[in-house]
Amino acid sequence: MSTEYEAVIGLEIHVQLSTKTKMFCGCELSFGDDPNFHTCPICLAHPGVLPVPNARAVEYALQIGAALDCELAPVSTFDRKNYFYPDNPKAYQITQAVRPFAENGRLGEVRIHHAHLEEDAAKTIHTGGAGRIKGSDASLVDFNRGGTPLVEIVTEPDLRSGAQVREWGQLLRATIKQLGVSDVNMEEGSLRCDANISIRPVGSTELGTKTELKNMNSFRFIERGIDAEIARQTEVVAAGGEVVQETLHFDPSTGELHSLRSKEEAHDYRYLPEPDLVPIVPSQEMLDAAKASLPELPAARAARYEADGVSEQAALLLSFETDWAEYFEGVLAADGSLEPRVAANWVTGEFAAELRKQDDQPLAGSKVGPNDLAALIGLVTAKKISHGAGKTVLEEMVASGADAEAVVADKGLEQISDSGELEEIVIQAIEDNPKPSEQVRSGNEKAIGALVGAVMKATQGRADGGEVNRLLRQHLGL
Amino acid sequence: MADLELLAASGAETAARIAAGEVSADEVLDFWLERVAADQLNGYLWKADRESARAGVTADGGPLNGVPLAIKDIFCTEGVPTTAASKILGGYIPPYTATSVRKTMAAGMPMLGKTNMDEFAMGSSNENSAYGNCLNPWDRERVPGGSSGGSAAVVAGGLAPWSLGTDTGGSIRQPAGFCGIVGLKPTYGSISRFGMIAFASSLDQCGPLTRNVTDAALLLSVLQGRDEYDSTSVGIEGGIEAPAAERLDGLTFGVPRGLMREGIESGVLARFEETLIKIADLGGEIVDIELPHAGHAISAYYVLAPAEASTNLSRYDGVRYGLRASDDDLLSMYEVTREDGFGPEVKRRIMLGTYALSSGYYDAYYGRAQRVRTRIVEDFDKAFGRVDFVVTPTSPTVAFRLGEKTSDPWSMYLSDLFTVPMSLAGIPAISIPAGLAQPEGGGPELPVGFQIASPAFSEQKLLEASHALEAAIGFDGSAAFEGGIR
Repeated sequence: MSTEYEAVIGLEIHVQLSTKTKMFCGCELSFGDDPNFHTCPICLAHPGVLPVPNARAVEYALQIGAALDCELAPVSTFDRKNYFYPDNPKAYQITQAVRPFAENGRLGEVRIHHAHLEEDAAKTIHTGGAGRIKGSDASLVDFNRGGTPLVEIVTEPDLRSGAQVREWGQLLRATIKQLGVSDVNMEEGSLRCDANISIRPVGSTELGTKTELKNMNSFRFIERGIDAEIARQTEVVAAGGEVVQETLHFDPSTGELHSLRSKEEAHDYRYLPEPDLVPIVPSQEMLDAAKASLPELPAARAARYEADGVSEQAALLLSFETDWAEYFEGVLAADGSLEPRVAANWVTGEFAAELRKQDDQPLAGSKVGPNDLAALIGLVTAKKISHGAGKTVLEEMVASGADAEAVVADKGLEQISDSGELEEIVIQAIEDNPKPSEQVRSGNEKAIGALVGAVMKATQGRADGGEVNRLLRQHLGL
Repeated sequence: MADLELLAASGAETAARIAAGEVSADEVLDFWLERVAADQLNGYLWKADRESARAGVTADGGPLNGVPLAIKDIFCTEGVPTTAASKILGGYIPPYTATSVRKTMAAGMPMLGKTNMDEFAMGSSNENSAYGNCLNPWDRERVPGGSSGGSAAVVAGGLAPWSLGTDTGGSIRQPAGFCGIVGLKPTYGSISRFGMIAFASSLDQCGPLTRNVTDAALLLSVLQGRDEYDSTSVGIEGGIEAPAAERLDGLTFGVPRGLMREGIESGVLARFEETLIKIADLGGEIVDIELPHAGHAISAYYVLAPAEASTNLSRYDGVRYGLRASDDDLLSMYEVTREDGFGPEVKRRIMLGTYALSSGYYDAYYGRAQRVRTRIVEDFDKAFGRVDFVVTPTSPTVAFRLGEKTSDPWSMYLSDLFTVPMSLAGIPAISIPAGLAQPEGGGPELPVGFQIASPAFSEQKLLEASHALEAAIGFDGSAAFEGGIR
């Protein structure tokens, strides 16, 4: 019988902090300007310059540490990580290799080993060739990004699959976004994720040789990359081979993994305590403030929504996006009689779909405010219009910004409340559709759908679905 | 025009004459610029003219207004070439000015020029300059000391009234001693390092080289202070005033005899012992003390300083400024630029430091050296529990001959035997001239330095004691004043 393997995955996540200025100098952090516009002698590493830590970055870092339920270090220190590359102007990166600002945390089911502060590298562009330095005509460096404050979050190897990494990554992203300390935009690189992956026989507690999967710009790609790497390692081991320690790149367009460098090519970073910086010693006030400033985080918010009866899926969708959660709570606030479950389904279901359908409108710019949507849901809940008519009204609301009552009146979509009128339409529908009517009578209940559709068409969706069903069954002798 | 009066005047005296209207700031500047232009010591790597000397200088800067200053070429000066005496920074013109230089400019002090030094401050003789030796104004066959050799030689040789230098393991005190002037290394953290090209960041400190102790105090009062651009700077609480002490009553001076067992020239030792007698004459008490780990200071220093230097100097890669010797591809740009741009001593220290920080060797070298450093700090703490000051000769020898030690790095390193322990401890130390002595092997008499060290941030007390002792010694360095242009 063949051995079953399980994957062991740990993550290293880089979060660019959205401070106004860089980590160790006063240059503004802003994107889209001309290359090397936001630079100074300090971030260009001129001779004689010294770093001075950005106090706001330290504050943001402590908030991240607190949100990840970490122990915040009373003393943390900086080190130099030495390597030559044009995007690294000092030829060392200032980081926290020995005493990070936060340790021993947890988010959801994943333990956090530690989180540390460091500075980002500049951006290199290699012209000609394949976009890599080898074979290129020239290499250009843009130092605008160089020196951006980064928090690197390192997890314990607690993850087991690509899907789990994607889900947990989304929770982490939502959590940090909620703090307001980073844009956490993976495509723009303000959130970057590396994964360390190994496999082992199920039941084993030892760790296999790991590979590192570098820097993918979406959690979907990470999921695919990890699954591809798990499959590759499993195949290697199953064939009697050994996994080699190396750094890999996943190409999402081909689904292939490429080796970037092997263990032998790994750098010796010659770490050294950074003599230009004194330790960070946060005051008790700073530590208290970091904890006190925490907003309700996504995991807690999702739990609260579920307790209120919202479905798990809708609760997660709402919690991971602060603006959607705020919108949802606005709907509830507008009409206290609405059931959270129903409101959540409208917000994450029909409303979100309609925004997507109409040019992928962003929520922030929508003409339909929480009060407007609450009014619409109220009409449906009170059976003043049918659910189907509600969707028609919503379409118009999203398009024009008209209010629900006006659209209902304008289009004459009030539900047919007169049973006699509806009964006539039902009888007519049975007469007009002899074939499905006969099928239903002879026991094929599913065929009733065609008749319901006919009634709905005739009433332009103004009929209550339950009532139509009841009348059809009555007249078909069921 | 009272040329000779200006030449012999201290910075303080010159300032007083300008303030009293006896001489104008323009006359003072012209007098010194003329001498700078006639430099025969190779003391300056860049020389100012009237306009560039005043660029950025406050017109009415206060009590030291108008007294010009020579600046070691390790300080970045906006618009003025700054090389740290290295080929790799040939043609480099900084876009900003070091905090310490900004402060002297704000005090109204024009800049006479940028002084010669050992490349990146690595050396004890100025022979490691990529731009030629600086010579000792007392004897041009001899070195001025290093690394601030130019800053010492120009003050001693009548090419500047005073200067700024930097001291990492003795680089102010040793050349001051070799040239017969006063050199003060303040407490680590008392003066901003921003804009001072880094050699070993945890040791580098800016300080004055002057004709007398009062001048050292006046410059220190301008330079010291916390700087928002240097998070390791704290300044000296209460500031610094001109010293006035004439006696040493009630003060105790500790002599670490264990450190002075061998290798000290007899002339140097004679001046040292005489100075101890003068201390006693002024009411001071001399006691023997132990600094048990100070004998290991040089070994620890030559691990720690190169380790820091190896990373500090990595930025000279040809990418952004300075020399780019090749651009065939990235690796050759790095390799050829650094091969061509750095001198042999700098390369030696980069190699030493890189090795000491390598994976697997860190604890054995860097870690152990740090522990030695901690022991030395503790040695001084213990000593200062008993005594107010620790005194030694500044160097074991007087100025040595050009080329005498260049083939033997270890013997060169040993010339910092008495200055390195204070650097590792971060404490202030001053070298004042203690007289002249004949070098071993004969020749004209040369200056001998006397070093006094005190606890961290006790500069005022150190300067007071030095002031009293200086008067008792009565050293006259005027014999060298024409040594710079003769």
